[in-house]
Amino acid sequence: MGNRTIVPFGPQHPVLPEPIHLDLVLEDEKVVEAIPQIGYIHRGLEKLVEKKDFQQYTYVAERICGICSFMHGMGYCMTIESIMNVEIPERAKFLRTIWAELSRMHSHIMWLGLLADAFGFESLFMQSWKIRERILDIFEETTGGRVIFSVCDIGGVRKDISPETLQKIVGILQLVEKELKELTEVFLRDTSVKARTKGVGVLSKQAAFDLGAVGPMAKASGIELDMRTQGYAAYGQLKFKPITDTKGDSYARTKVRIKEIFQSIDLIQQCVTLIPEGEVKVKVTGNPSGEYFTQIEQPRGEVVYYAKGNGTKFLDRMRVRTPTFANVPALLETLKGCDLADVPILILTIDPCISCTER
Amino acid sequence: MGQQTIKEISSNELLAEVLHLKNDGYRLVAITCTCKDGMELSYSFDKNYELLNIRINIGLEEEISSISFIYPFAFLYENEIKELFGVQIKDIAIDFNHSLYKMAVKTPFRKEEGV
Repeated sequence: MGNRTIVPFGPQHPVLPEPIHLDLVLEDEKVVEAIPQIGYIHRGLEKLVEKKDFQQYTYVAERICGICSFMHGMGYCMTIESIMNVEIPERAKFLRTIWAELSRMHSHIMWLGLLADAFGFESLFMQSWKIRERILDIFEETTGGRVIFSVCDIGGVRKDISPETLQKIVGILQLVEKELKELTEVFLRDTSVKARTKGVGVLSKQAAFDLGAVGPMAKASGIELDMRTQGYAAYGQLKFKPITDTKGDSYARTKVRIKEIFQSIDLIQQCVTLIPEGEVKVKVTGNPSGEYFTQIEQPRGEVVYYAKGNGTKFLDRMRVRTPTFANVPALLETLKGCDLADVPILILTIDPCISCTER
Repeated sequence: MGQQTIKEISSNELLAEVLHLKNDGYRLVAITCTCKDGMELSYSFDKNYELLNIRINIGLEEEISSISFIYPFAFLYENEIKELFGVQIKDIAIDFNHSLYKMAVKTPFRKEEGV
């Protein structure tokens, strides 16, 4: 047995956009155990249901995270709509799907940039974020916001997208697709990228299942778990298959996210072709009474929303189980046996969102 | 979405029921606590996109067993519930002992009887 030392990692570290702390137990340069510490930025947003009524809470839900803001709003609205038996217009379902897939694209492209930054490939980082700007521009044009959109509402969406703008989005995405093909070739073929990701942080299919991994973390280990296949919003009318890989390493997780970006482009194009005309919102009256669990697929994986209403405008409970929270145990498993130098990259490969985790 | 089932059981039956689900190939999705007239704990499981919820209702001071020896990663959910709601959970695989979250207020999500 080599020398054992404990190295504190975080909560502030150049690769960490948000604070998380790990006590790394090392044997020489190898990690033998990692003990997590979170909770530096816990905001108690779930507790706010006692102060904000169920309509106002849509805005709070959006603020759980700045990357998945739209999807948090959508997941919350879907939960309340299920409790209140509200059927939203078909056009609203397609619009929600378009914004959700654009959110997935910008999240994954942002992550690619962060990964490149983590292993010091600065030009790759800047190219990734340059492409991401085009997606944020679409958000700004269609919703008025680049981070928080406030377009999702209980009963549908607040804004429509004109047919001309939808065609314009398709055109922009064709350009983005071309640029992404060039960019992602580097992530998948460059020797220096492969040296940092191939065979690093392997998570077997069994371990991924046993540890409750979700999203690209589980998919890269061969688990076909994608809540979109359950057909919420407009997904039931679109043709797609969950993207998986079998290697379970950092390279496979990168590959899955890259393929998901291209899949999102395809899904948006399908939406633009199939979107029907009509209303985008129905009027919702009354207060929610009852409870419901909703599962949707965010960029980082399955997220669970739970709401319990008591017939008044204030909910008894609102709960969000975020994908990063579910992926922390899998991260700890991948860290075992890795070199200390690989720890930052491995933390990044779960695409951690601490804002979500500490909602 | 798939079907949703909520099965109410007593806290004494919890471990046996969870073990049964684990052996049946269910994935633990979340543990949710609601504080109103006592504590309501919902353990959510998923198999082939079918959500199954097991629910126990306990008193504010009642102690329950951890399921982390059946689903090891449940330790995070259980520590969170222990810290936010003050639910007494014994034998958690990794017990942070109220240090998972750095909060100024102790058990902020807990509502005392009659509140």
